[in-house]
Amino acid sequence: MTAEIIVVTSGKGGVGKTTTSASFATGLAMSGKKVAVIDFDVGLRNLDLIMGCERRVVYDFVNVVHGEATLKQALIKDKRYENLYVLAASQTRDKDALTQEGVEKVLQGLSEDGFDYVVCDSPAGIEKGAHLAMYFADRAVVVVNPEVSSVRDSDRILGLLASKTRRAERGDGAIVQHLLLTRYNPARVAAGEMLSVSDVEEILGIKVVGVIPESENVLAASNAGVPVILDADSQVGQAYSDTVARVLGEERPLRFLDAPKKGFFQRVFGG
Amino acid sequence: MGILDFLKRKPEPSAGIAKERLRIIVAQERSTRGAPDYLPLLRSELLEVIKKYVHVDLDAISINVERDSGHEVLELSVALPDGKSGS
Ligand SMILES: Nc1ncnc2c1ncn2[C@@H]1O[C@H](COP(=O)(O)OP(=O)(O)O)[C@@H](O)[C@H]1O
Ligand SMILES: [Mg+2]
Repeated sequence: MTAEIIVVTSGKGGVGKTTTSASFATGLAMSGKKVAVIDFDVGLRNLDLIMGCERRVVYDFVNVVHGEATLKQALIKDKRYENLYVLAASQTRDKDALTQEGVEKVLQGLSEDGFDYVVCDSPAGIEKGAHLAMYFADRAVVVVNPEVSSVRDSDRILGLLASKTRRAERGDGAIVQHLLLTRYNPARVAAGEMLSVSDVEEILGIKVVGVIPESENVLAASNAGVPVILDADSQVGQAYSDTVARVLGEERPLRFLDAPKKGFFQRVFGG
Repeated sequence: MGILDFLKRKPEPSAGIAKERLRIIVAQERSTRGAPDYLPLLRSELLEVIKKYVHVDLDAISINVERDSGHEVLELSVALPDGKSGS
């Protein structure tokens, strides 16, 4: 049994990759799978904070690649789910600290340890770090915001996924690509100020696997170090749960696409 | 316009413009995807040469890289203005 490698990528920075990786990995773990989530953002460690395990980082990804620590030593067990582990990014400024062979070795090790899924949180850009994060993937979640530069970048990333991954190079069958639209604001879409779900789908020629609304719950969750999927009362939390279920093969309709009805005060005073 | 109007002023609906711009740039970038990095330069240098003989715009030159069974074919096409073809 080999682990399925899922990369969360986007091209553009700040679109919600780390937020998505944390929630996605947690969602998979909630369904009983053994999951590791790896921060590939060498030099800019962040996933540990979003997962709430920043004070327990002793060894990191680069330490394992360089043989300075074993996988077992470096994997941080999540405090909520015992089948969920985090591998932190190194804070080194050496961008060449990760190598393709090193990454392969770590992924191999995780497979041998019985992991079902490995979620790779990609750094921004299309340089080495992003390339390594996607290279071994079986499946990709491309995070996109309803905004011109993000949509254009995600088209480039979709192209790279189709050509510059090990699967593509070996002709092992295409990597499964999912488009996840995040930071969606239905009120602004209704006002014609923001690209809609169908606009983005039409431009990129691929259906979305989920739509995550723009919400203040995301900041609150990151402040607390709790992946937002665990905020089960929030729309964002529910939208992430739906997304994970869809990736696992369940059919669920998209939710939270319509602007909330304006209340009395808003109707009178605008806003 | 009163001060309240100013405060409440909303941005112009611009999603349609965004969509149109994206449609064009995405199509253009897809057509040269995976192509060598020197293509844009090649394209503009070709234009200089062609211009010595006939007046065309950069838009008239299209470059495609076709890939089939291990072969890569660089396909160039130049749309000549009306009445300039032949000799
Ligand atoms: N759905 C959302 N609603 C509101 N803010 C969000 C949402 N998703 C992400 N953010 C915020 O956007 C910023 C960038 O998110 P992050 O996940 O770090 O992006 P990336 O990893 O792509 O750089 C963070 O401040 C995060 O809290
Ligand atoms: Mg990030």
